[in-house]
Amino acid sequence: MRVTVQEAAFDLGAESNAFAAGHTDMGAIVTFTGVVRDLPGDPLVAMEIEHYPGMTEAALTDIATRAQERWHLGDVLVIHRYGRMAPGEPIMMVATAAPHRRDAFEAAEYLMDFLKSRAPFWKREITANGASAWVEAKDTDEDALDRW
Amino acid sequence: MDVLYFAWVRERIGLPRERIQTDAATVNDLVAELRAREDRYDMAFSDLGALRVALDQELSDFDASLAGVREVAFFPPMTGG
Repeated sequence: MRVTVQEAAFDLGAESNAFAAGHTDMGAIVTFTGVVRDLPGDPLVAMEIEHYPGMTEAALTDIATRAQERWHLGDVLVIHRYGRMAPGEPIMMVATAAPHRRDAFEAAEYLMDFLKSRAPFWKREITANGASAWVEAKDTDEDALDRW
Repeated sequence: MDVLYFAWVRERIGLPRERIQTDAATVNDLVAELRAREDRYDMAFSDLGALRVALDQELSDFDASLAGVREVAFFPPMTGG
C-alpha cells in the first residue's frame, strides 16, 4: 500500500505501470484518476486545493487500510495533490490490484467515496471573470457513504 | 491547545492557527468561548451544521470532550477526490 500527498503533478502512465508491475497473481488492476474540469460558461483558470498536513495522510491511510480489510486486494495506491493546478491536470488517482475484477472495482469506488468526504481537502475554483469560490460538498457525496 | 482553521473558516477568522488557553470541557464550550470573543469568530461559527471538527487530527463531534486534546481543527465539509 502506498499513500502519497504531494504538490507536484504526477505521471499517470508511469504510476499505473509501476503499480501494475511486479504482481503475477493479480488478475485485475483498476485505476481512477480525478482531473481538473473546466466549467461551462465561465472558464476555469485554476483549482486550488488546501489540505490538513498530518491528518490528510492519516485519513487516506485509514481509508486504504479499511479497503484492504474489506476486499481481497494485493495492493492499493492513493496519490492526491494539493496546491494550484490547471484544467486538464490530474488531481488525484487511486489504483487497486486484486485477483478478480469485482474486488478491484468495488474497492476503488469505496476509496473514492470516502476520499471525497472524509479526507481533509478543500477545493477552490478560480474562474476567468475573477471569481474565486470554495467548492461546496454535495449531499450526494455524503449519501454515497451509506451504501458501504 | 492549538486551534486550526481551514478553507473559508480560516478566511473568516483571518488566521490559520492560534494557541488558546481554555478550560472548555467540550468542543461546544470552546465554540461558545470563541464566538464571545469577536464578531469574526461569531460569524465563522454561526452555522455549526456547515462545520466539521477534528480532535488531534481525527474527525469528531461538537459534543465531544476536550480532555487531553492538544489540537482542535475547524473546517467546512471536505471536498477531496
